[in-house]
Amino acid sequence: MLEHYTVSRRVFLTFNYVFLTCLGIICILPIIHVLAVSFSSSAAAQAGYVKLWPVQFTLSSYDYVMHKPAFFKSILVTLKRVGLGIPTNMLLTVLIAYPLSKEAKKFPMRTFYAWVFVVTILFSGGLIPLYMTIKETHILDTVWAMVLPGAVPVFNVILLLNFFRGLPKELEEAAFIDGAGHWTTLWRIFLPLSLPALATITLFATVNHWNSWFDGLIFMNSPDHYPLQSYLQTVVINRDLTLMSSADMKSLTEVNDRTAKAAQIFLGALPILLVYPFLQRFFMKGIVLGSVKE
Amino acid sequence: MFLKKWSGQLPLHLMILPGLVLILIYSYGPMFGLLIAFEKYVPAKGIMGSKWVGLDNFRYVLEMPESTQIIWNTILIAMMKIVAGLIAPIITALLLNEVRKEVFKRGIQTVVYLPHFLSWIILGGILIDILSPTNGIVNQVLGWFGIKAIYFLGDNHWFRYVLVITDVWKEFGFNTIVYLAALTSISPTLYEAAIVDGAGRWKQTLHVTLPGMTSIIVLLVTLSLGNVLNAGFDQVFNLYSPQVYETGDVIDTFVYRIGLVDAQYGVATAVGVFRSVVSLFSISLSYYLAYRFANYRIF
Repeated sequence: MLEHYTVSRRVFLTFNYVFLTCLGIICILPIIHVLAVSFSSSAAAQAGYVKLWPVQFTLSSYDYVMHKPAFFKSILVTLKRVGLGIPTNMLLTVLIAYPLSKEAKKFPMRTFYAWVFVVTILFSGGLIPLYMTIKETHILDTVWAMVLPGAVPVFNVILLLNFFRGLPKELEEAAFIDGAGHWTTLWRIFLPLSLPALATITLFATVNHWNSWFDGLIFMNSPDHYPLQSYLQTVVINRDLTLMSSADMKSLTEVNDRTAKAAQIFLGALPILLVYPFLQRFFMKGIVLGSVKE
Repeated sequence: MFLKKWSGQLPLHLMILPGLVLILIYSYGPMFGLLIAFEKYVPAKGIMGSKWVGLDNFRYVLEMPESTQIIWNTILIAMMKIVAGLIAPIITALLLNEVRKEVFKRGIQTVVYLPHFLSWIILGGILIDILSPTNGIVNQVLGWFGIKAIYFLGDNHWFRYVLVITDVWKEFGFNTIVYLAALTSISPTLYEAAIVDGAGRWKQTLHVTLPGMTSIIVLLVTLSLGNVLNAGFDQVFNLYSPQVYETGDVIDTFVYRIGLVDAQYGVATAVGVFRSVVSLFSISLSYYLAYRFANYRIF
């Protein structure tokens, strides 16, 4: 089909391309600006000379951040929570999604179980009672306080169970005729067929764990146990001077607060920025995944 | 027969068990803890030992001078976000839909979707830097046009708008992609038929594209109604300061301050109960409407 562009159509298309380009630029401009600040000398940053390119290029703020023990400690805590949290999330998501994807005829308790999980989306005890529950179960100030309360990501369960339901029923029936039980069917039939869905959910869960900060802030007693995002909250947003050693204070006067903050912001976002181009395709598929239902 | 049926389902029960236990402890456990909203709670005495005071905590909250303002702030900010968060992605999706160059389309999608994956800590740090009244880049640019520096994050006049705009910045890319996915499922034959009937581009958008999006728009509108009391704790908490409590303090930040900072557990939980109950109704209603009008089922 040939398209004949009228004058008004061409004007619109030009405007459209310009507008969308501007929109895209506005979305990432703030990030580029902060990146430029982090590579600039403190004097230039302080005087406001930095726009979108570093002025008087220097790595001193990165040098300063890299020599901060607290920064490294918090990265280790984050790695620990991601390392424990993702397997927990994934295992539970799969184990819950499989039975719930069965028809009520075959698994009468299904509807009851499903409601037990869905109610947690509708209603929650809120902040203070959750804090107390965590305290009562003796996981306050341990990494488990950041893993167990969110161990069952209900939205991911729903996503995966809808995906499972979309798989051909004949496969399951064939497996059962061949003598496979539920465990074998899940492991040998469902999981291999669900790799794209599993990848999406793993990524959701990983980003979620990497970005979480509030649980670390309130469930950890000592700043030594803060994950990276909670630590960044205290230094970048809510600068807490009590968390700084005297050596930190001294070098801060040399490095300048603004460039050091910029460097830490950028380092905190870096892992996501690095994997993002590869991941976003998965995410785009993942959004659509749960929306197709019988 | 019964035994056989039951043992066939046993593995299914076993699979659910671990997750069920965790949900019971960490989601249902705190619901039991809501009892302290009706107590003068003292941690040392525990939930069972603390003194029962009935509705005193609720009365205390209602008599606080700031409570009306906080509820108003919450609803206003949440509603503005809902409206802006619906319109921006629809427009972007419609404009992107007109683009024929796939590379350009994908590039823009990638870029606008990016902020969604960064935490409010990262974005908050960036915003505090660029909106600074002394050396922030936004105020520098305004300065070129002769506009005096504005303290966006410390000015009650501006704060709510900053919240809404920055929230749209973070989230509109996500919904844009949902809408675009809906647009790709519109059958090309509909457009061809419209062209045969003499419809121009504008008429095609009006009579083919928009109706094709209606069901997904209705779905997202109804689902977003569940957020009327959700002003976005992460964002507000990382951007606000005492100067803007008047316009920016919301229920969730208030609960945090009186509960964890002032340690008034009973009072904070009472506010939490109020929020949870209203949310229960609004979210249930939104799911019901989504089911009724967009044929949406959660599972």
